[in-house]
Amino acid sequence: MDVRFSAEQAALRDSVVQVVDRFGPKAVPQLDDAERAAKLDAAVDAAGWRELRTADEGGRPWASGVEAAIVAEELARGVADVAFVGPTLAAELRRLCGSSTASAGARETVGLTSDLGAPGVDIAVDAAGAASALGLDGGDVVELSVGGPLPPVDLTRPCTAVTRGQVIGALAHDDTTRWTALGLALACADLVGTMRGAVELSRLYAQERRQYGVAVGSFQAVQHLLADAYVSMEGSRSVALHAAWAVDALPPADALAAASTAKAYCSRAARAVCETAIQVHGGIGNTWDCLAHVFLRRALLSIDLLGGEGPSLTLVLAHRGVRDGLR
Amino acid sequence: MDFADSPAEAEFRARLRAWLVDNNPGLPPSSTDDAYWRGQAAWHQALYDAGFFGLSWPVSVGGRGLPTVYDAILDEELADAGAPPRPSLGYLVHGLLAHAGDDVQRRFLPGLVSGRDRWCQGFSEPDAGSDLASLRTRADRDGDDYVITGHKVWTSYSDDADWCLVLARTDHDAPKHKGISAFALRMGQPGVERRPLKMINGITKEFGEVTFDGARVPAADMIGAPGDGWALAMTVVGHEREPGELGYVARYRKLVKDLTAVVTASPSSFTGEQLRSLGWAMVEADMLRHHVSRRLSDRLDGISHGPEGSVDKLLMTWTEQAVGHAALAVGGAAHDGGDDTWLKVYLYSRAQSVMGGTSQIQRNLVARRILELPQP
Repeated sequence: MDVRFSAEQAALRDSVVQVVDRFGPKAVPQLDDAERAAKLDAAVDAAGWRELRTADEGGRPWASGVEAAIVAEELARGVADVAFVGPTLAAELRRLCGSSTASAGARETVGLTSDLGAPGVDIAVDAAGAASALGLDGGDVVELSVGGPLPPVDLTRPCTAVTRGQVIGALAHDDTTRWTALGLALACADLVGTMRGAVELSRLYAQERRQYGVAVGSFQAVQHLLADAYVSMEGSRSVALHAAWAVDALPPADALAAASTAKAYCSRAARAVCETAIQVHGGIGNTWDCLAHVFLRRALLSIDLLGGEGPSLTLVLAHRGVRDGLR
Repeated sequence: MDFADSPAEAEFRARLRAWLVDNNPGLPPSSTDDAYWRGQAAWHQALYDAGFFGLSWPVSVGGRGLPTVYDAILDEELADAGAPPRPSLGYLVHGLLAHAGDDVQRRFLPGLVSGRDRWCQGFSEPDAGSDLASLRTRADRDGDDYVITGHKVWTSYSDDADWCLVLARTDHDAPKHKGISAFALRMGQPGVERRPLKMINGITKEFGEVTFDGARVPAADMIGAPGDGWALAMTVVGHEREPGELGYVARYRKLVKDLTAVVTASPSSFTGEQLRSLGWAMVEADMLRHHVSRRLSDRLDGISHGPEGSVDKLLMTWTEQAVGHAALAVGGAAHDGGDDTWLKVYLYSRAQSVMGGTSQIQRNLVARRILELPQP
C-alpha cells in the first residue's frame, strides 16, 4: 500500500494546474470571454486528457481512473469551463462496447436521464463543444444528437436536449457497473476540486474583508465554519481517491461500492462547503459577480450526476446485504 | 497510487488473519463493559508476543520496524475478525522516542510496548483542561528525587497503571509553558491516591483521577531536561489526535459490522431512517479507513507530525459520533430491560469530541495553522 501519487501522476496534476491557472476563469465576467474559453479548450485538447479512457490496442484504457480523477479535480478547483467528465464517460462507453471512436475531430459527451441520476438518453451533460452524445438505454449504447441548451445549473458545464439516434452496441452488466463506478468517482473528484477552490476563495476573502476594524477571519465563528469546510474537503479527498483507484483495481461490484461510498460522502460535504463559501462572503456572496455561487452551482450538478446522497447510500447499504433500505 | 497490498504486505495480512482465527479473545465492544478493560492487558501481550503489535516502532524498543502502512492492515484485519482493536498507546511511545534520553528509553519503552507495564498519562487537571499549560501540579527537588504534589483528572487507565507520565511544574518563575517538566512516576507508592471516574455509560475501568501528595520520583526518571515538559506534551497530544496512531479504525469498522449484522438478521423491523443512519456510519468508517491509509502513506518517508493531526482528529470524531448515532438508531435505547450495549456505544461516542483536545480547539488549530487566518 502506497497511496501517494507516482511521479507521473504528480506531473500530470502539475500540468493541469498550469493550464487552469493560465486559461481558467478568475472572475465571473471572464465566463463570458469566449476567446479565453476557446484557449482553455484548445489546451485540454492538445494535452489529450479527454482521451485518457479511450482504448489502447488491447482494448484497455490508456490511463486508470486515478489519472482521470486527477484531471477532474484540478479542473474543478479552478471552475474550468471546459468539457472533461462528459467526454471521458462517453469514451469509456465506446471502449466498453468495443466501438471505434466517434468521427475524427467531433466531440462526443455523455447522455443521462433527465434528473442526471442514471445513464440514459434524455439529456446531454458537460456538452460544451459537443456535436453528439452517447447514452445508455437498458444495455444498449445509443447515439444522440445534441440539441439546444437547457437553463444552466452549472455555469461552467452546460446541459442540452438530445434527439435519439441509432444503437451502436451493448454493455454487459459488469461493464455498466464499472462504467457507473468511473462516473461516480469522477463526479467525486470534481466535487473535491470544487470544495478546494471554494475553501481557498473563502479563506482569502476572510483574510481581507474587515469589519469592526479587524479581518472577519479573526472571528472564531468564521474560523470554525472554514475549519469544518477544510476538514470535510480533506475527508472527501481521501474517500474520493480510493474510489478513483477502485475503478480499475477492484471487481465491478466492489468498485461501485467504493464509488457510492465516496459519492454519498462528497455530495453531503460539497453542498455544505459551498454554502459556507457563500456565507463567509456575506452580502457579496449572494451577488452574481462573486465566484462563490459558481462553485456551488458546479457542485449541484456533480452531486446529481449518477445520484447524490440518497441513491448512493442505498447502494452502500445494498452492497452489505441491507436491501431496499431507504424506502 | 495503490491501495492494494504489496507481496510482503499480503503475506503479513495472511499470517495475521490465520493467527486471529485462534486468538480472538472475544471481548465485549470496547468501552461498553468493564470486562473489556480487564481483558485488554492480556490482549495487548498476546498481540505483542505474536509479533503483531508496535508494527511501525523501532526494533530497539520492542517494535517491529515495519513501514507505517502495516498499521492500516492490522486495523482492517482486527475488525474483520471481530477482534478487539490494538491498544492505543502510540502517543506515549512517540512522546518518549522524541524526548527521552537513551537511558530512559531503554528502561521504560520495552515494558510499555510489550504491555508488561501499564501506563497512564497525567496531563489534565481540574483547572487545566484545554488550557493545559496552566497546570499546577508541582515537582520539588529533594536530594536525588522530586516530590510530586497535585491533582490529575480525566486520566485514562489510571486505576490499572503501573506508571504515569506526569507533567508537573518545576520552575514557578518561568512563563507558564516553560516551567513544566515530565516524569515517569511509579503509581504503586505511598502518596498516590487513585479514584475511578464513572463515565456516562457506566464503565468505571477506563477513566480516573489521581492525587499526588508527596509521591516521589527519582530525578533520573525525568523525561528529557527540566522545562522540556511542554514540548513532550505537544508531541504526545499531536499523536493522540491521530486515528492511525490510535487504531480506532478497527473499532469503528467492527461496530459497523456488528450493527449491520443486527439489521440483516431482521431487515423488515427497521425503518428507512434507521437504515440511513447505519448507511452514514458505513460511509464515515470507510472514509476514515482510506484517510488513514493516505496519512500513513504520506509518512512512508519518515514520520512528521504537523497541524494535520487536528484535521484527522475532527474526521475521527465525526466518524465515531456517526457510528454512535447508528448504534442509537439501530440498537435502540434498550427499554424493557434489553441489552444496552448499543446505548453505551452511543453514550461513549460523546467523549470523542472532548478527549485528546476538544473539537473547538482542533478547529482553532486548523484555522490558524493550516488556513492561516489571523489570531482573534
